[in-house]
Amino acid sequence: MATPLRVRRQLPTSPWLFAAPGLLITGAFVLYPFVSTLVNSFTDRRTLLPGRFVGLANFRELLHDDMFWTGLRNSVLYVLVVVPALVVLPLLLALLVRRNIPGITFFRSAFYTPVVASIVVVGLIWVWLLDERGLVNSVLETVGIGRIGFLSDQWLLLLSAMAVTVWKGLGYYMVIYLAALANVPRELHEAAAVDGAGPVRRFLSVTVPAVRSTMVLVAALSSVAAFKVFSEVYLMAGPSGGPAGEDTTLVMLVQRTGTGLTGRVGYASALSVVVFAVTVALMLLVLRADRREEA
Amino acid sequence: MSVLEKVRPERPAATAREPRVTDDGRRVRPAELLWRYLLLLAVLALTTGPFLWQLATSLKGPTEDIYSSPPSLLPAHPTLHNYARVADTIPVWDYALNSLKVAVANVVTNCVGSALAGYALARLRYRGRRVTTLVFVLAMLVPVEGIVIAQFTTMRELGLNNTLIGVVLPGAVGAMNVLLMRGAFRALPHEIEEAAYVDGADVWQRFLRIALPSVKGTLAVVAIFAFMGAWDDFLWPLIVLSDPSKFTLTIGLNYLHGTFANDERLVAAGTVIAVAPLIALFACLQRYFFRGVGEGAVKG
Repeated sequence: MATPLRVRRQLPTSPWLFAAPGLLITGAFVLYPFVSTLVNSFTDRRTLLPGRFVGLANFRELLHDDMFWTGLRNSVLYVLVVVPALVVLPLLLALLVRRNIPGITFFRSAFYTPVVASIVVVGLIWVWLLDERGLVNSVLETVGIGRIGFLSDQWLLLLSAMAVTVWKGLGYYMVIYLAALANVPRELHEAAAVDGAGPVRRFLSVTVPAVRSTMVLVAALSSVAAFKVFSEVYLMAGPSGGPAGEDTTLVMLVQRTGTGLTGRVGYASALSVVVFAVTVALMLLVLRADRREEA
Repeated sequence: MSVLEKVRPERPAATAREPRVTDDGRRVRPAELLWRYLLLLAVLALTTGPFLWQLATSLKGPTEDIYSSPPSLLPAHPTLHNYARVADTIPVWDYALNSLKVAVANVVTNCVGSALAGYALARLRYRGRRVTTLVFVLAMLVPVEGIVIAQFTTMRELGLNNTLIGVVLPGAVGAMNVLLMRGAFRALPHEIEEAAYVDGADVWQRFLRIALPSVKGTLAVVAIFAFMGAWDDFLWPLIVLSDPSKFTLTIGLNYLHGTFANDERLVAAGTVIAVAPLIALFACLQRYFFRGVGEGAVKG
């Protein structure tokens, strides 16, 4: 296909002209900031002051920074709770909406609505729902359980934020699973049913193996997203991260440390490097777990 | 759930003889159908209920008790008063306009930039094409949350912090969109373009007249996700915008929530203003939203 004639007849610059806008934006606002994050992590740069090279000082400081460990703990907890929920629940939901029974397209669309809404809208909706005097507590009081301080207790707050993340992600992963389920041959299910397998058994030995690679994909996507959680916790716990900052996540710490006129860009960059490292590690971990299971 | 528990054991075996055939050719027993719909309704309440509660709160007047227990689900005297009040409290329509500007700009730059670059990667042959592809793949893997601080210092160096241009620029040509468009162009048969080539059409004519019209569907996906991404974005505008007159809706809502947190009716009206356009968009263009999830997941 790559005839030399064709190459010569093109204007020599035109392929680069086509790629130029994309390359320019990507280079200037993604790759350059990425490299400069790595470089800055070895400096004491501040928003208004150019930095000096300080070697590993930022990383040494990290090890003794309680806030860093709090942030890392919360972000890791986020992955541990949110990912299993987002791997399993959307699959069950997809099974529920898979059959083309009357009205099902309406349900599918309705279940997707939280995905479309901004995380800010979603966060504020749930802040109001889970408020001390909000709807959830009104209902709990009416049925006699009593009011629960979802947004005032450190752990309940984090758990509530996790629930919101799951709530917002359900529809998205449901659609991914629906595409995967469409490829599961119906004969497998029918054969299993003939052999006397009940619905649970069929789910575990027919459906799950058939969509296993999709489950790995969902695990990979959702774990990376969960580790980088910012908005839900920021909105529900407030900019300072809840009681005594105990609900701060790692990305919240990056934002808090690195912005403003006195922002410590160098230290925030070191925190960002940890975000990169864990993100890459999570991807590798999921892919490796996948390969081991396959073997 | 208790309703379901009651229904299931009572399922008579005889109903299996009168199967209801759905349009995918499978038979569903009436009892199964019943509990399916009950479950669907339960999930429906869970996913859309919060939006409806927010809408109801925004329509409740100042004299109505919004904290009552048991809660009153519908406003007794629906009023649009809160929407007028939220506009008196923060310039919510200016914020909406800012969001619209940012979102439209993001749509235009992403459609143009990713179509051009995607076409180059898929169809043009030149030295450095593999490197260009690699650049976009790498860029797609960089987590935005890890580079926002450096993006902010870059914007400051360019003097674009605290401007709407600064909000748009970092995502103006998303690497994933470039790769999506590359995939769409690669899937086109070579023959059509070759015929045009033989007829003497140059590369721009082939791109604009032949290739581009054939990938309209993918382009629509890129446009919709660019709009939604920009309209919904929070972290980056929060960092780059500091002047309240430049705020987008999401940042304005966060400001409203932080400043007037005790007035739930106002916050509710604000969130309804922010979410209504997207729900309308979604209602009209559903299939592109769903298609985008599939393509984005495979590529991402």
